[in-house]
Amino acid sequence: MESTQETRAKWKYLDTILSRRGPFTDPEWTPGAPQIDILSTAKILGAGGLGCELLKNLALSGFKDIHVIDMDTIDVSNLNRQFLFRQADVGKYKAEVAARFVEKRVKGVKITPYCGKIQDKDEEYYMQFAMVICGLDSIEARRWINATLVGMVDENNPDSMKPLVDGGTEGFKGHARVVIPTMTSCIECQLDMHAPRAAVPLCTLATIPRQPQHCIEWAHLIAWEEERKDITLDNDDPEHITWLYQKALKRAEEFNIPGVTYSMTQGVVKNIIPAIASTNAIIAASCCNEAFKLLTNSNPFLGFPGTGNYMMYTGDESVYTYTFEHLQRSDCPVCSQENLARPLQVDPTITLQEFLDGLAERPESQLKKPSIRTEEKSLYYQFPPDLEKQTRPNLTKKLLEIVSDGEEVAITDPAFPLQFKYKMIFK
Amino acid sequence: MATHTHKKRKVEPIQYQMAADLPAPVQGPTAKEKKYDRQLRLWGATGQTALENSHVLLINSGSGAVGVETLKNLILPGIGDFTIQESTVVTEEHLGVNFFLEEEDVGRYRAERTCALLNELNPDVRGHAITEPIETFLSSPDALKPYTLILVTAPIRPEHLSKIAAHAASALVPLFYIHSVGYYSHFSLQLPPVYPIVDTHPSPESTTDLRLLRPWPELLQFAEAQTQGLESMAADDHGHIPYIAIILHFLEVWKKEHDGQAPRNYKEKSAFRDMVSAAARRDTPEGGEENFDEAVAAVLKSLNPPEPSSAVKELFKEPECKDVKRESASFWIIANAVAHFYAKHGVIPVPGSVPDMKARSADYIELQNIYKMKARNDVAKVLQSVRDLEQSLQRETKIEEKDVEAFCKNAAHIRLVRGRPIHVVQAGQTIQWGDRAKALAQSVTFEDSLLPLHIAFLAYDSFTSSHGNDGFAWSTDPKSDNQEMSVIANKILDDLIQEAGITVEEEEDSSVKRTLGFHVHELCRAGGGELINIASLTAGLVSQEAIKVITEQYIPVDNTCLFDGVRSKTEVVRV
Ligand SMILES: [Zn+2]
Repeated sequence: MESTQETRAKWKYLDTILSRRGPFTDPEWTPGAPQIDILSTAKILGAGGLGCELLKNLALSGFKDIHVIDMDTIDVSNLNRQFLFRQADVGKYKAEVAARFVEKRVKGVKITPYCGKIQDKDEEYYMQFAMVICGLDSIEARRWINATLVGMVDENNPDSMKPLVDGGTEGFKGHARVVIPTMTSCIECQLDMHAPRAAVPLCTLATIPRQPQHCIEWAHLIAWEEERKDITLDNDDPEHITWLYQKALKRAEEFNIPGVTYSMTQGVVKNIIPAIASTNAIIAASCCNEAFKLLTNSNPFLGFPGTGNYMMYTGDESVYTYTFEHLQRSDCPVCSQENLARPLQVDPTITLQEFLDGLAERPESQLKKPSIRTEEKSLYYQFPPDLEKQTRPNLTKKLLEIVSDGEEVAITDPAFPLQFKYKMIFK
Repeated sequence: MATHTHKKRKVEPIQYQMAADLPAPVQGPTAKEKKYDRQLRLWGATGQTALENSHVLLINSGSGAVGVETLKNLILPGIGDFTIQESTVVTEEHLGVNFFLEEEDVGRYRAERTCALLNELNPDVRGHAITEPIETFLSSPDALKPYTLILVTAPIRPEHLSKIAAHAASALVPLFYIHSVGYYSHFSLQLPPVYPIVDTHPSPESTTDLRLLRPWPELLQFAEAQTQGLESMAADDHGHIPYIAIILHFLEVWKKEHDGQAPRNYKEKSAFRDMVSAAARRDTPEGGEENFDEAVAAVLKSLNPPEPSSAVKELFKEPECKDVKRESASFWIIANAVAHFYAKHGVIPVPGSVPDMKARSADYIELQNIYKMKARNDVAKVLQSVRDLEQSLQRETKIEEKDVEAFCKNAAHIRLVRGRPIHVVQAGQTIQWGDRAKALAQSVTFEDSLLPLHIAFLAYDSFTSSHGNDGFAWSTDPKSDNQEMSVIANKILDDLIQEAGITVEEEEDSSVKRTLGFHVHELCRAGGGELINIASLTAGLVSQEAIKVITEQYIPVDNTCLFDGVRSKTEVVRV
């Protein structure tokens, strides 16, 4: 076995820890070779914006077969934190560049990139991995992968349970969490922890702007539609942003509102979230640390049923973490065995249209293209066109005309592979 | 949140443009603004300039990952210069934990190789390597002079750490001392003894200071004009009265009924809230009015006398604030002037910002201007005191008006950190905890406290230094290391409790020692090596804190941060 020993020389520190019991390792845990073998054989998947940090950490954690999914191409504004990319790489696929870089730097690791959406892949694809680590930037993609992995669980096949490690950042804040599908609280259970920002009412934008952001949103949502309807707005086209900026600036001047800048225009239109290298490093490393512990059992990990599964991080005022157990919800549409309908407080006098619009903003639903039915009848369907046309008249009806207090409704949305059950509770 | 100001970009009128109704075209953001866009939205152009003027020194050691990863996170956002000092030669095991080394680097100087690969990250940053051994490097008197921030990773000989810490203290340079060992990490930040932060970036909700209980004539006039003929007002007007005017109007009504007194306690405030709520019209299509809802929601939090926070009152009592001298830092001159303002008016200057609220554009802008004007007048008063002080103290350079403005705007949230020297552990010597002994000895027994981990790291330093960290090899059997280090750790704990002069019950004592034993065991398990994930996470924390102290924005760790990668928890303690 001389050759293996030679190739393990650079993993001395890693192997030392894996070969020794610690005070917190399980008494039944076997140190050494089995754990090193797991690392060498397990296939692991990383996805999303934390990709550079994830790949570096996984490769140096001893993983040998890493897959990466990212649909994005490299933008110049990624260079302040995504350290595998250079100015000359701008425009290329992130997954491709990152994979090649890490393969070249860390000899012996195989990285398979896929440049596309996680939604392009099916259950068979996800079944090959030991676990999935995501740093996705949209809540929609998170919910999709969560629902997919939970849906894959087959009680008769222990291999079908794929732990999901999820990390996200925003400025100096972030989180890392672990989901053991069906065993612990899932991302859908925790949806209300990621409430969407309240939108400014259109009438404020149209008639009584007060903030520079209102003027920008007006240019973005109203002026563009009125004056440049035939041109598709491209957030990355400087000419388009400049047009919006000038429109917003002019409107702001009319109303004596100070503070519209080009940078703010870009920020509002593209919904830019500040992102820095340090928070990325912290959150990605925390995700990889949990993944490493989970797979090697070299220490207790987040997500072990009955223990903490969520680490919240805040770094703008000193350093603060809150690590806790988020409990599984019995009315979770994704992971609950009981499959109970989640109660939803509604005003019975609003129209179905208003109710459906509200679903996009309610922290517990966040559905953008909902279709809805009761047990008896279809209330509104986005597709197919025939059914849409047939159910459209319901949109102007008041809720109390079409559902009764306490009645269950099922809502589907093309973004998710499942249906959401809600119980309509009249206010 | 700070937004980026574009100093260089001017909107100039273009001559040939006939239609005067379109604003002049703008130049897009510069290449640098594009690259740094996501961070400029946090620390702005001034923060970025501070980063670009910094020169960070890393004194590296051990398996080497945490220091290099920290530099990575500082090079990407664009510090000016970095220097790596270490005489280590790359060995194969370094490759398994350092991303910034390549296979062919084995046998070469690690400082040079990591520097070269880090240099590829950002063409705006200049990297330097010093391969001289630390003994001779530190022996030259000006060795540490060029650096504006110093990072030191353990292990390091205590005499070297003492020397660096002494330099940092006298040169007022921030110093980080960092451990990353197996699943655990630690860093301590040594700041100058006086470290004030003006730009603390408080959350927007906590910055609203509307002075509704101390209105000034212009604000009252505005409220009166807005609420004239309230009952008979047209629906659309009624629904657009800014909530500040609504509250001020009903305060006047309330005072008439309560001997001129505003609501003082929870019960009265609740009654007042009901009074406001009752005045909302219900016969609207929505069944209520948004502006009245806003007024009702704001009652409890905005009907408080504008008392500055205890931290600000403490600041006014600091000796440096009370007794300003010719050579005092500008911060203290302004603080003295603001304290004077507070003594005279019983309030600190108005910050001048107004939250968004349901209102017509012109009314809102008028209200905004009323607050801005008040803030400007308050600044003018403070500035006058500053100028008087400058004259009486015969100071040579004038403090810039924008600094006085920034101080007044953030006055309620200004922080003063009193930096403390880091602990340098000399084998066989007792650690002195000073005025922190009592508080620490009391909290060390708290369940879930990470202070025992700090003690374990102190024991770790004592252990490595007594074995001489150059030629020192960890035992192949961790048990003997473990036993020896545990004895040291228990002694440090006993000494702390003794210095504090408190008694700890035997049960608690043995419980803490058990925890301490676990931490020591887990540290020894690593055999002096790092895990990439722990090193990388710690480097994220250290670089974040380095950015805070370089930009003088946000609130830094005071002064020690511990990370437990077994339970995924951090704790910050002042030691
Ligand atoms: Zn769930």
